[in-house]
Amino acid sequence: MGKTIAEINGIRDNVIKKEAEDKELIRIYVHMGTCGIASGATSVLTTLRKEIKENKFKGAKIVTTGCAGICSKEPLITVALPGQEPIMYEYINDEKAKEIFASHVMGGKIVREYAFLRGMETQLKERMENNGRIEGEAVVDSSIPAIEEVPFFAVQEQRVMKNRGLIDPNNIDHYIGRDGYQGAIKVLTSMDSAEIIKVVLDAGIRGRGGAGFPTGLKWKFAAQEPDGMKYMLCNADEGDPGAFMDRSVLESDPHSVIEGMIIAAKAIGAHMGYIYCRAEYPLAVETLNKAIKKARAYGLLGDDILGTGFDFDIEVYEGAGAFVCGEETALMRSIEGLRGNPRPKPPFPAHAGLWEKPTVLNNVETLANIPQIIYKGSEWYAGIGTEKSKGTKVFSITGDINNVGCVEVPIGTALSTIVNDIGGGVVEGKRFKAAQLGGPSGGCIPLAHIDVPVDYETLQEYGSIMGSGGMIVITDDKSAVDIAKFFMEFCTEESCGKCIPGREGTKQMLNILNKIDAGQGKAGDIPRLEELASVIQKTALCALGKTSANPVLSTLRYFRSEYEEAVSKNN
Amino acid sequence: MIHTITNFFTDEQISALDEIIDAHKDKPGSLIPMLEETQELLGYIPECVQERISVKADIAPNKIYGVVTFYSFFSMNQKARHRIQVCMGTACYVKGGKEIAEKIEKDLGVKFGESTEDGRFTYEKARCFGACGLAPIILVDGKVYGKVTLDSIDGILSQYE
Repeated sequence: MGKTIAEINGIRDNVIKKEAEDKELIRIYVHMGTCGIASGATSVLTTLRKEIKENKFKGAKIVTTGCAGICSKEPLITVALPGQEPIMYEYINDEKAKEIFASHVMGGKIVREYAFLRGMETQLKERMENNGRIEGEAVVDSSIPAIEEVPFFAVQEQRVMKNRGLIDPNNIDHYIGRDGYQGAIKVLTSMDSAEIIKVVLDAGIRGRGGAGFPTGLKWKFAAQEPDGMKYMLCNADEGDPGAFMDRSVLESDPHSVIEGMIIAAKAIGAHMGYIYCRAEYPLAVETLNKAIKKARAYGLLGDDILGTGFDFDIEVYEGAGAFVCGEETALMRSIEGLRGNPRPKPPFPAHAGLWEKPTVLNNVETLANIPQIIYKGSEWYAGIGTEKSKGTKVFSITGDINNVGCVEVPIGTALSTIVNDIGGGVVEGKRFKAAQLGGPSGGCIPLAHIDVPVDYETLQEYGSIMGSGGMIVITDDKSAVDIAKFFMEFCTEESCGKCIPGREGTKQMLNILNKIDAGQGKAGDIPRLEELASVIQKTALCALGKTSANPVLSTLRYFRSEYEEAVSKNN
Repeated sequence: MIHTITNFFTDEQISALDEIIDAHKDKPGSLIPMLEETQELLGYIPECVQERISVKADIAPNKIYGVVTFYSFFSMNQKARHRIQVCMGTACYVKGGKEIAEKIEKDLGVKFGESTEDGRFTYEKARCFGACGLAPIILVDGKVYGKVTLDSIDGILSQYE
């Protein structure tokens, strides 16, 4: 039997009350995203549980959370003693966990050597407004950097990731306790389709999958279709290599995506939804399935949601390893059980999508923004960002950089802030060459333009794209031709084979790049690359095909001399 | 028929396959989940298995073949005892994934998609597991090894016989 709205609100009040009571306990947070687990977080968790048991230690509570954001320092744990600032420890293994347990948890003495910072990301705003203090939490060791002094965290603006590192993604009550499902309750009880769409349009949010189409407009088109079967889909097929923002959201806060889908479904009049998730993300799939089951048990999914008369349910559909299925029409074919071949548009999915029914497909990050837009209002949302692009964007920053991780910044933040402040600059002994954004559909921003604001229009002007959020930092020991070759090889192998420019054009470009890279380039090769690129851009069937030449064009634009040098070697 | 399924699989495996087919066959769009479970169960999806699915679920054999060969998670060839996946995502690539792939290819004498003659390793290329913080990574039988170096590969692979 599902719950009523009053019961959901009761759960929220209870969680808040319980949290206050828990402050009397010692809390140990173990951050268990994919990176954490791969670095040994599961073993650390087992060790800590064993220590509690063997020492018969009462008064400590372990909370398992998703990704804490800064992957290169995993495994991470946070220890919070009553009345003291929480301490985050980095690079933890079983021995260190034992030592921390004996010294800090049981003895009250911080192990300074392993400490990364003090404070928690969720307290960041309050700390900054309050001179680095939280009421009721004593500073024990001020030699440990405070979180607001660590640029990786200080420059970020947590909206989509507001719950990361704090809540247990497998505990729906934790989500409800932080205003979770309040947006859904609001639309189900007091808003009609037109009102929901107006708020989303006013907020100015644009699709975070990369294309940047206004989300509210997409919903409006589908809502205008006659009533009947409609579908609400979530694109969790995060295929750009080097991008893992959506994985992080799904693993840390799955209910934010589910709630976003409920709101969207109500707006367009859909009663069935699918989340298409790539199979390379087993933990995300598992977390989502658990979350959906729990939401159903609470009556937040299924028939007559919370007694409001609205029906909507969600299924997770696991991909089978095909990059092209991130393209919307291919994704829909794949859910239908077919080869993931894109088809020409129009008709647009809002008119004829999954099983030829009106369908809306939104990206994970887009949907995770929706509950807060509804709950806090469009004005709040549009309060940050640029004139044309509101809100924040999550990036996964990787490559030859010191702090690898998931970062959320207001749209319009300078690239140099992300690379140098948040990312901590490139690794020692190397020099920044370029940041590659947007994966195989994107392009490079070189050192000369590192101060550009990161927004849809500016990046396009400089030959790159916002993309879904993968940002790979490349240093000057890598050749531009090699990077271009890498992406072209990717596009060749992942081409679905349906259209000739996508299938053969990419292959011809790769052949030329291989020759240039091997020192066998010919005089006309560079113009030939440009000609092929232009034909592919104009004639390929889908967006992935059309953009497949971008990495070559962008490296040619900024590093043409490297191509010319490689060609001239043979002449 | 040459492809008789009983030449390749045990009765137990075949009845488990039939259960998978029965569980999915009446649902629209269920071919891919059905094949995912089949791949998991048998390790590969050769023609004889595709024929059985075609007959029992009433799906045209060319459609099944088309789907099996389209998605990289499905294989028509039997896999070796252990599966090495070298991540060739961008982050791993710029952090030395290519050199790691080259060493494995040289040491084991295989190319992407091939198995060693002794049936010990199947060697595959993978497209980013989103664990870029640990780049470069390799997976052996699904276990992630991060920050792999040319010197640490032998030690990792020697754990798998």
